[in-house]
Amino acid sequence: MDLNYTPRQQAFRAEVRAWLKDNLPAEKLASYDTREGFEQHREWERKLFDARLSMVMWPEELGGRGCDLTEWLIFEEEYYGADAPMRVNQNGQLLLGPTLMEFGTEEQKKRFLPRMAASDDMWAQAWSEPNAGSDMAAISSKAISDGDHYVINGQKTWSTRAIYADWAFGLFRSDADSKRHHGLSFLMVPLDAEGVTIRPIKALNGKDAFAEIFFDNVRVPVENRIGEEGSGWHVAMATAGFERGLLLRSPARFQQPVRKLVELYKANREAADRDPSIRDAVMEVWAGAESYALSAYQSVGRLARGEKIGAESSINKIIWSELDLKIHETAMRILGARGELLSSAPQNQDDHGWLEGFLFAQAGPIYAGANEIQRNIIAERMLGLPKA
Amino acid sequence: MDFTFTDDERAFQDAISRFLMTEAAPEALREIWETDAGRSPDLRNKMAEQGLTALSIPEEAGGLGMGDVVWSLMTQELGYYGIPDSLADTAYVSAGLIAALPEIVADRNGWLEQIAEGSIRIAVGHPINPLVADAHLADFSLLNHEGEIHAVPRSLIDVEHNASIDSSRRLCRVMWEPSSATRIVDAETGAPIWEEALNRGALSVAGQLLGLAQRMLDLSVDYVAQRKQFGKPIGSFQAVKHHLADVASKIEFAKPVLYRAGYSLQHGDADAALHISQAHIACAEAAHLAARHGIQVHGAMGYTWEVDLQMFMKRTWALESSWGDRAFHKARISAAIFADDAPLGPGQTFGRS
Repeated sequence: MDLNYTPRQQAFRAEVRAWLKDNLPAEKLASYDTREGFEQHREWERKLFDARLSMVMWPEELGGRGCDLTEWLIFEEEYYGADAPMRVNQNGQLLLGPTLMEFGTEEQKKRFLPRMAASDDMWAQAWSEPNAGSDMAAISSKAISDGDHYVINGQKTWSTRAIYADWAFGLFRSDADSKRHHGLSFLMVPLDAEGVTIRPIKALNGKDAFAEIFFDNVRVPVENRIGEEGSGWHVAMATAGFERGLLLRSPARFQQPVRKLVELYKANREAADRDPSIRDAVMEVWAGAESYALSAYQSVGRLARGEKIGAESSINKIIWSELDLKIHETAMRILGARGELLSSAPQNQDDHGWLEGFLFAQAGPIYAGANEIQRNIIAERMLGLPKA
Repeated sequence: MDFTFTDDERAFQDAISRFLMTEAAPEALREIWETDAGRSPDLRNKMAEQGLTALSIPEEAGGLGMGDVVWSLMTQELGYYGIPDSLADTAYVSAGLIAALPEIVADRNGWLEQIAEGSIRIAVGHPINPLVADAHLADFSLLNHEGEIHAVPRSLIDVEHNASIDSSRRLCRVMWEPSSATRIVDAETGAPIWEEALNRGALSVAGQLLGLAQRMLDLSVDYVAQRKQFGKPIGSFQAVKHHLADVASKIEFAKPVLYRAGYSLQHGDADAALHISQAHIACAEAAHLAARHGIQVHGAMGYTWEVDLQMFMKRTWALESSWGDRAFHKARISAAIFADDAPLGPGQTFGRS
């Protein structure tokens, strides 16, 4: 055990910190759940890519730096510590990217990964369907083989920012007679293809944050399939693992709002201390974010030693989603009667955007596999309890 | 940056675990706890033979020269198998306290050698604990008088026994007269040594609580996989699964907090006290939840004397306020994170950057 950063790691931290200081947008970007904000974020991603900072863990030939996971954690700490913009293409970069690297052909990697790193292509997920949410194996959208194409019919939903995105990836039933997790294939679909209709769904924040995607005889070439025909479930499970695991929600993403929460508490201490449980909650989320960070470094060390991270990633998902909720609930309690005010309201004093974060935090325990499902996974796969 | 244990460290932990599994089975512990002394010289000797008492003694004094990082694994085993206080108090907390004494203390090296051999029991009377564990059996007790450290032989101490709900505990009020003969260092020299002893005691308790949490989880998993109602194992019901999944989550996320605290203490990190209080709270929460959910999923069986769960629940309830109660550790955290120079935000986890 050695809990010191190497000189190389320290130098990398300093480089990232300096670059961010010189290059951060002067003004806060508009919300990436709007068309304007989405394009602003795409420009920012391009800037990161040009500095080879968009995907630091990817190999150099794909525009990355070949960083290891520790360096990635350092990058994330500097990135979120500097209040840099939210990452708009994470569904592609962090979910599909690693899937392509593991299961994609060389041709697919060359075709999709560099454009993904540069955010020339923006990606949306197409997993859920109206009748396949937590029960993803109930997918019924079909992709039936027709020569060198698949013909897709069906409906996907809860596709984050799909109305702005260029591509979607997801699971489709390629064997019409198959059941459950058999007979599914993992496909990438251009969202401007003929027969694709995207209808926005207004989210809790009033913005078109996600969408339904309708497929009406959409023809997709066979080379857009990842993995073997019918092996989509296996490929998708690996993707779900990446999602629940570290990559999508690095600890820094929670340590930064905790720092701001402590500042908010200290600035409003007299009012906040009328309810001693507020101070307690601030301390609790501080400890929660720190233990999430410690756990991340521990996982990184274990992976470097060749160990595998299995069902523990379900614990991660529960921890960060409930932590995020508690951070924002506590902030709202400190803001008190001012908390309800939108940023446009003249009397709004919430310059961090706690209200917006509070709304988004409501989704955390639901998306990426509802926390009830995660608890089942922990009980069945980690503890070995029998299935219902 | 490498937040993992070496293969040797893990192998040592496994060896101790296998040893305690056979030598400290619940039936054996119940028998020992029913005796007046509450301790088994035989078990104690066997633990010394395994090298447990020599773990943190410097190699030149006949020990293995390991530190708090390895102890954070060992204390989990002590907790998991419900090993009574005197071992960690002597071999870990006292050993650290004695090693921190100036060389001028004549008995220092001799004591360390005796700890390593397993031929001595030492009790520690830190003011944070109202009573002294195992003072009735200790060859001598390290006691605090106005900040001074006194080494007081058993013959100069009167003890009043105070029974605990945890049958493994032997708590004593000690009555003694400080004198120049018993004093080994003055208050000025003693202050940092007492402070470090407190941190080490708290870390020892944290590790034991985490081990207890794992034991109660394992007992509960075994029980719910076997117990059937409505024609099925109750462990197949989601409400039961979720109780135990929550315990598993608490345990997983307390572990790295414990290990980092051990590392900080071993390496003299400026934030060691903060990290140790974090660990005490995280491990106590895991154990407390493991007890609460453990008894819940055991149903009425969990409320019996006969089922072993009770041994580990009671030890949890006893230890969670030992070496600093929750209020004490929260006050230390509060002082640190609401300070002007608090280590807050990304990148501060392993020292201020």
